[in-house]
Amino acid sequence: MSEILTFHFDVDGDDFTSAGQASVQIKKNLRQLGISPDTIRRVSIAMYEGEINMVIHADGGDADVSVTEEYIEIVLSDHGPGIKDINQAMQEGFSTASDSIRSMGFGAGMGLPNMKRYTDYMNIDSVVGEGTTITMRVNL
Amino acid sequence: MKISTIKELLEADVVCCEDLLGKHVYSACGSDMMSDVLAFVKDQAVLVTGLVNSQVIRTAEMMDMICIVLVRSKLPTPEMIELAQESGIVLLTTKKRMYDACGILYTNGLVGNKVKEA
Repeated sequence: MSEILTFHFDVDGDDFTSAGQASVQIKKNLRQLGISPDTIRRVSIAMYEGEINMVIHADGGDADVSVTEEYIEIVLSDHGPGIKDINQAMQEGFSTASDSIRSMGFGAGMGLPNMKRYTDYMNIDSVVGEGTTITMRVNL
Repeated sequence: MKISTIKELLEADVVCCEDLLGKHVYSACGSDMMSDVLAFVKDQAVLVTGLVNSQVIRTAEMMDMICIVLVRSKLPTPEMIELAQESGIVLLTTKKRMYDACGILYTNGLVGNKVKEA
């Protein structure tokens, strides 16, 4: 596999029910490429958490996944409210999600820590009032 | 532990994927918070939950789980059943409450991260 493969998804912010569809599709795509199950699981969980976050906090956004020879890169970008204090947001248990989100099983303050836990590299670029771009990589 | 054993122990009804009852699970997780499930579950596991929405199925799919038990007689939505069938996830529903369901599975050998030695 010498070429870089890229996949793009529009993450719909209107429908919590359909959140996660991009991650499901990526999981299928990576399986077809013969990537190891452990790597696929790490990529899809990290992306799924990010997708859920985009739906909960930012009214959706864009998800781009690139597969290179060295790593799989996931870039999630939105035009939501941005993250005021990234260090605080990275703490397990910290959450700004509403009660209605919690009642749907999310908003436990584990999303960003989980994304870091399952990836080898993660960078958060966020400007309050403009949006957030999260870049994650899982090494192959 | 075979999924068919889980069905018997919890006196559960099978909602979908009955043909997969012969598969084995090696650990279990009981939670209504999907992010906790995504953080802590390892190995081929069964998810015990009282939460009913399509993200329960997606979470299980992300974790390569092959069985979900809905407690307190919760009934899955048509969307959940469709997603579970697509993903090959056995969906069970039991009258037992979360605490009891987890306790029954644990005392019969299905622990958090590995199956106890017989």
